[in-house]
Amino acid sequence: MSTSTTTSTSLTPAAPSVNKRGFGHWFKAKGWRHVVGIIATAFSIFPLLYVLSAALNPTGTMAGASTLFTEIGFGNFEELFANQERPFGRWFVNTLVIGTITSVATVFLGALAAYAFSRMRFKGRRFGLLTLLLLQMFPQLLTVVAIFLLLNFLGDIIPAIGLGSQLGLIMVYLGGALGVNTYLMYGFFNTVPASLDESARIDGASHVQVFFKIILPLVTPILAVVGLLVFIGISSEFVIASVVLTDPESQTLAVGLYSYVAQQRSENWGVFAAGAVLAAIPVMALFLFLQRYITSGLTAGGVKG
Amino acid sequence: MVEIEEQVQPSAPGRKTPPKLKSHGPDSLVGILAKIILLGIVDAVAAFVLFQLILTGEWLIFGISLVTTVIINWIYLRRGGLPAKYLAPGVIFLLVFQVFVMGFSTYIAFTNYGDGHNSTKADAIASIQLSASERVPDSPQFPTTVLEKDGTFFLLVTDPDGTVKLGGADLPLETVTPSSTGPSGAATGVEGYTSLDFATLLQHQQAITTLSVPISANPQDGALKTADGSTSYVYTPKLKYDAATDTFTDTTTGVVYSDNGQGSFVAPDGSALNTGWKVNVGLDNFKRAFTDPNLQGPLLQVIAWTFGFAILSVATTFALGLFLAITFNKADLKGKKFYRILMILPYAFPAFLSGLVWSGLLNPEFGFINNAILGGADIPWLTDPTLAKISVLIVNLWLGYPYMFLVCTGALQSLPEEVDEAARMDGASVWKIFTAIKLPLLLVSLAPLLISSFAFNFNNFNVIYMLTGGGPRFDDTTFDIGSTDILITMVYKIAFGTGTGRDYGLASALAILIFIIVAVVSGLSFKKTKALEDLN
Repeated sequence: MSTSTTTSTSLTPAAPSVNKRGFGHWFKAKGWRHVVGIIATAFSIFPLLYVLSAALNPTGTMAGASTLFTEIGFGNFEELFANQERPFGRWFVNTLVIGTITSVATVFLGALAAYAFSRMRFKGRRFGLLTLLLLQMFPQLLTVVAIFLLLNFLGDIIPAIGLGSQLGLIMVYLGGALGVNTYLMYGFFNTVPASLDESARIDGASHVQVFFKIILPLVTPILAVVGLLVFIGISSEFVIASVVLTDPESQTLAVGLYSYVAQQRSENWGVFAAGAVLAAIPVMALFLFLQRYITSGLTAGGVKG
Repeated sequence: MVEIEEQVQPSAPGRKTPPKLKSHGPDSLVGILAKIILLGIVDAVAAFVLFQLILTGEWLIFGISLVTTVIINWIYLRRGGLPAKYLAPGVIFLLVFQVFVMGFSTYIAFTNYGDGHNSTKADAIASIQLSASERVPDSPQFPTTVLEKDGTFFLLVTDPDGTVKLGGADLPLETVTPSSTGPSGAATGVEGYTSLDFATLLQHQQAITTLSVPISANPQDGALKTADGSTSYVYTPKLKYDAATDTFTDTTTGVVYSDNGQGSFVAPDGSALNTGWKVNVGLDNFKRAFTDPNLQGPLLQVIAWTFGFAILSVATTFALGLFLAITFNKADLKGKKFYRILMILPYAFPAFLSGLVWSGLLNPEFGFINNAILGGADIPWLTDPTLAKISVLIVNLWLGYPYMFLVCTGALQSLPEEVDEAARMDGASVWKIFTAIKLPLLLVSLAPLLISSFAFNFNNFNVIYMLTGGGPRFDDTTFDIGSTDILITMVYKIAFGTGTGRDYGLASALAILIFIIVAVVSGLSFKKTKALEDLN
């Protein structure tokens, strides 16, 4: 505790910083921050510990899950993969496939648009940016009824993108590709000096080469952030996926796991918790791995408005 | 493509204008090839779609698709218009799945589209004739075998006169040659179809007993139905359609049902036939929402709670996030990174799972909070209207504060240090510095984010639907809506919920209501911030 007095604090500017004040002073300067930190972390992680415990609890019901980590077993996980009517493995793969394709395509479409907005000056540019800003206020889930009926109709003409098709769902998601993502990228593209493009073009590069060989490599961080945010968003998307994907074989984790607990929530609790843990691990790992980028992306996009 | 220099020169004020370029290299062979291949694929798909549209006779959609295809080709084949080449792919998806569907929603909001009203009048008439049928009292027996082909069921019947006929739900009876006959002389199989054995029959009992095979193309002639899979009888429509007067007459009671102009056949006593058709109803859905006693009260409550939920969510997450950001905005605090990682975990946890997991924690009977933390208490976290609202807010606080924490930390660190120092020199207290200097500065830079957060929470479907499902239900309405429902969950339940039947028209009308509210709120609030001025 003696170390605490060596630094002056911003909170107590009038306090002389030389002499030792003991616990009281330490607490006033830093100790309370630790108390707050411990309470906040407890609030943050206890639901997560609870779901992990429920997944490992062999009783498999919600009532049985009320004691944390008293018994450990993997019965819930076995049951999760054994259930033929609710193919968890398929859901997992479906989510990965739909999420990956959507995020890669979104990043690409968004980057194309951001390149145009950032590097070219054309009539309607400001109008286009404003329209995107306004449109993103109206999320796609508001139009879920129309999307359902549209896909229902399209399915009669091109069954491959009708109701029940994952391709159709991905196309719907791509409707939201331009929007907040384009904004994040647009801001980042602007930070790449235009003189780089110019010198490349003097050397004979075409606009396509400038885009792929100069700009894209320099903005990789924002591409990763946008791609990841889209992936996380899509893997949690329930409304549209639940309406479009009707066959259990083609569903995503969000729709499938919900079906586990939609009717018999407390009976299926253990199996659901096991599925939740498996579903959450990749997303959380990815998030923590790229945490620094995400944070900087958020604050950059956010603070600059 | 030598024409692009002009557009590529950034010429906006405030940005250094580089010297004009006079020349650059021609497109590479790879580039040209890629362009040809991609455009070829697009055109091939377009041609297929256009062909299908011709076959189905959807001329309006055909026209729109044709024009779109031509425009795409024009954009990529002409010289110049470089920005369009980069914008087109995203914009096309945006136009179809964001802009068009918004317009389509508006259109649906003015119709009675929904269960019982989802097709044209002609379809409705045919469907009524098929559905309401009764067995002809002296119908002959038709020995029957149920056949299956590609997952569809068919009836193979032998007429009393010995003719063998085959038919399905969409296939009126036609004479066929049987490939096998049973001991009684009745046909039991046909080439290309599988005859069902008894076990399979039982398995698909429901589909088979509801199968109705029209005797001829005219629905008035009646249809064959089987109750046991081995004998069929003739059923004729209970309701007879008279094209001249455009009415249905019940053949047993003599009641006449006539077109009421709103997509239904209605009897003089007001009862309507179940199957109707889609018509434009003008503002009826909006009127219904605000005047129907079954809907008006609950809807107003839902609107109030939607605002309450969104505002309180932003306020609580921002307050906690800011408080924690200030707490940990201290360079030499030990374990700062450790706290930070653990605190932002809820943000990394998939949002749809959070509501479900918390529903287990808060479950009144078996939940962890009541049973373990509160030692067997019986607090109705999710079933009492007020407590359920508080629970929803707590869960959303859990989900949302890490984001606000990250954002506030970033904003705090970007505040100029000098201001802080100068104020301290002048003898301002810590609290005074915070309220008079830091908070206003923070609010200016974070205002656009808070507005987006409001807009997001206004439609925060997942947390509500997964945690409470909107419940506890209101008891003054037959609709499945409750105290924690917000507008978007109400839209979803009215459109796709079970119980009251799907009502796309009403659901779309409510979605339009959300559009209007969001537009007004964000329009007003963005006017007050500088977000739009920064765009150049």
